[in-house]
Amino acid sequence: MNTMDRMIRRFGITVVVLLLALVGQLTYLQVVDAKKLDHDPRNVRRLVRDYSHPRGEIITADGKVAAKSVASNDLFKLQREYPLGDLLAQIVGYQSFVVGNTGVEATYNDALAGHDPDVARFNFRNILSTKDQYGSVVLTVRSDVQEVARQALGTQRGSVVALDPRTGAILAMYSNPSFNPSGLAAHNGTFVNTYFTGLNNDPTHPNLARAYREIYAPGSTFKVVTTAVGLGTGKVTVDSTFPVRTSLQLPDSPRTLANFGNESCGGTLTESFTVSCNTTFADIGIGLGDLFPPGMHAFGVGERPPLDVAPGAVPSTDMDGKPFATNKAFYGLAGIGQGFIAVTPLQMALVAAAVANNGVIMEPHVMSEIRDAQGGLVRRFEPKQWKQAMTPQVSATLTTLMNGVVANGTGTPAQIPGVPVAGKTGTAQVGGQQAPNAWFIAFAPSDAPRFAVAVIVEHGGNQGSDATGGRVSAPIARQVLQKLLQGP
Amino acid sequence: MKSAVARRRRGSELLLGLLAVVIVVSGYILVQLSKQLDLPPDLWVLLAVMVGMFAVAHLGVRWFAPRGDATLLPLVALLCGIGFIMISRLNHHLARTQAVWTGVGVACFVATLAVVRRPRALERYRYTFALLGFALLVLPLAPGIGATINGARLWVHLGPVNFEPNEIAKVLLVVFFASYLADKRELLSAGSRRIGRMMVPDPKHLLPLVLAWGFSLIIMAGQGDLGSSMLFFAVFVGMLYVATERSAYLIGAAGLFAVASVFAYNAVGHVQVRVSTWINPWPVAQGKGYQLIQSLFAFGSGGFGGTGLGLGSPQKIPNAATDFVFAAVGEELGLLGTVAVVIAFLIVVGAGFRIAVSSDRPFTKLFATGLTGLIGIQAFVIIGGVTRLIPLTGITLPFVSYGGSSLVANFVLVALLLRISDEAAADAEAYARTSAIAVASHS
Repeated sequence: MNTMDRMIRRFGITVVVLLLALVGQLTYLQVVDAKKLDHDPRNVRRLVRDYSHPRGEIITADGKVAAKSVASNDLFKLQREYPLGDLLAQIVGYQSFVVGNTGVEATYNDALAGHDPDVARFNFRNILSTKDQYGSVVLTVRSDVQEVARQALGTQRGSVVALDPRTGAILAMYSNPSFNPSGLAAHNGTFVNTYFTGLNNDPTHPNLARAYREIYAPGSTFKVVTTAVGLGTGKVTVDSTFPVRTSLQLPDSPRTLANFGNESCGGTLTESFTVSCNTTFADIGIGLGDLFPPGMHAFGVGERPPLDVAPGAVPSTDMDGKPFATNKAFYGLAGIGQGFIAVTPLQMALVAAAVANNGVIMEPHVMSEIRDAQGGLVRRFEPKQWKQAMTPQVSATLTTLMNGVVANGTGTPAQIPGVPVAGKTGTAQVGGQQAPNAWFIAFAPSDAPRFAVAVIVEHGGNQGSDATGGRVSAPIARQVLQKLLQGP
Repeated sequence: MKSAVARRRRGSELLLGLLAVVIVVSGYILVQLSKQLDLPPDLWVLLAVMVGMFAVAHLGVRWFAPRGDATLLPLVALLCGIGFIMISRLNHHLARTQAVWTGVGVACFVATLAVVRRPRALERYRYTFALLGFALLVLPLAPGIGATINGARLWVHLGPVNFEPNEIAKVLLVVFFASYLADKRELLSAGSRRIGRMMVPDPKHLLPLVLAWGFSLIIMAGQGDLGSSMLFFAVFVGMLYVATERSAYLIGAAGLFAVASVFAYNAVGHVQVRVSTWINPWPVAQGKGYQLIQSLFAFGSGGFGGTGLGLGSPQKIPNAATDFVFAAVGEELGLLGTVAVVIAFLIVVGAGFRIAVSSDRPFTKLFATGLTGLIGIQAFVIIGGVTRLIPLTGITLPFVSYGGSSLVANFVLVALLLRISDEAAADAEAYARTSAIAVASHS
């Protein structure tokens, strides 16, 4: 029997060697090659892992659910839903494994998904399950104010941004047109791609968050910046007087700059500001020269405001790389918010907020609180200063000037009975034969400011070429401020 | 009469078996917890059934094969349990069927222990077994009851029950080969005729063997069951080598395998597909290679520790409960889990070959070798297939995959190994007793 036993051993060793080869191959697959296999774009497991994990809600300041996950019958077990639809789409964003995440869904993904260690605090239940490791995000945004902004814009294209100048908390940020994000959160790749392509090809750009992703010439609303820099540098005082005229010859340029409606204006700074006299502010812009760009930077113009809504705000354009010596005419245009200057509606809301908050611009933000699965407070947004735009003295002067605009100037449609409102209109040329963009920035109550707002209506909105900031955008700002003053 | 060996072995078996039960029940609870935070109401029923089935099998061994190997049954319980966890995680409906088949398997296990009192007695019915084996092999081709599932005509419908008769046929054919080889091994190894410098055996001894073997292979390949053909080929060559001790057979078999492979590659369309997706599955990741790629993704995403039971997506792999159950294990239990399963098979194979060596009759040695080879090589063929070590051929992973016929056949197989083990131990005890008496009478 001994020889046969030897043969059995040989056969046995062969089988054992074969099985050990499996251990080798398994080690290769599960250790050496594991990362590559796991990260392969065709491997949906990572997505499933992220998308089937419980995810917290996004809730507005007035308690409305803006995003939630509900049970679904497919592989992912959960489906993201946006009950408020297009109302908060440009803030909340979407969670889509086809086209990626944006908005609060992206910025606060770690908290929502429970990757944030503060949210995923250890507790006994977590030993067996990670089911209750997720957080919810409470926004500073009020859905009722969003609704007012949407109603006020109606079918007109444009944006409304309202914030608390004392903290930077964004209370409303809506731009029209908007879109319903639910279509992008669907799990059917073909459907999502079709929907996404449709949004991108729509000539009205509904998925462009105009409020912080589009830049426009600010027009006369920028005169607040021009004035602030003039007063701050001492180039201008409240008592400065300017020639009364209908137009101004721009230096080193064949162009003349006319006043609105070819009217004649000038006089004191206050008189010029109240009627938004172009010749005066072009004069100030030219007079500031190379002092002007640093003054704009103090307001954050040329920078990206640190907004916590992915993919973030776009920077406004400034006079960088354009020294006064070779661009004198453009410094004149910059003085009235034309030429190279182009800003986001968010940036203009921050300009109003700077005046309202003694010259200090706080970091704009939409997150108010992060809460854990049990509703316990995990983190609150700590307000931080972003910019010191001007001195408190300059802001006090500007408040007076802006009060005048609403009391008896171009911004009278923004008046609210019993509440002092400070504002500035803008009617910005957009070139060609197109109707101008109508702007209005304001804050209220101007004696103790709690709300700052910026409104833009593209191409004059319903009024077309007859539009002015005062006629079209100031009433929208008024409605939004009234809603804010009412409280939630 | 209880021998010391029997007491020790059954004690170990009980202890190891309880360990397996604890592992399996914990795994099952984890799967349920991953779905909802409450334990399922039927958990205690299931627990009782699991423990009950192991207890019945254990008592069966205690009663009919008390000196049998102590490791086989606990390992079978562990593998069955891991399979059941994965299946219940993938499809609750399949899990219920699998539980019933496990019950049938245990019943057949005890029945085999009870009926096959002396394994060497099987030797006498070699041609009966061969005929029965062939009959089962061709059964799926019979009109009316045969059925084609996933491109292979391997199934038989009898009322509500579907099964693959070739699972059982493999065991029966191993009985025939073991018995025939044990009988004719001297004639086959010595050789009686000279061709050139080679001594070759008389064709009349070789012929029945080659016929039976060729017939089985052709039937299996004809039914589209490449995995079984490969398995059967390897096991038979192994047995032939063990019986004759002649490496010339190995060389011949290798040549035959090469010829058959070339033929199959050119003649059978899906062999080419299998080979090309094995060499490079990536260009056909959405087509013919989808299943294999999903399997590789499962192993990769599982990584070292796995996603945890119930937390992966093994349902992305087509046929995850049957041929690809090992990939599901790889995803949710990681390298730790897959290597544990491979080691379980290694220990089963080790125990099987140890039983073969401990047995003292050529037939039982060859029989145990063949049965062990079936389990070990089948595990290699399917695990190698789903990990892209070798071309993929559809075949079940013994005890782990979903499938009634495979479970029943493998339970019978292990029962036979236990019986051989028991017989060998009894013979050894008897021999020890007689020598002890002889020594005593001398002094």
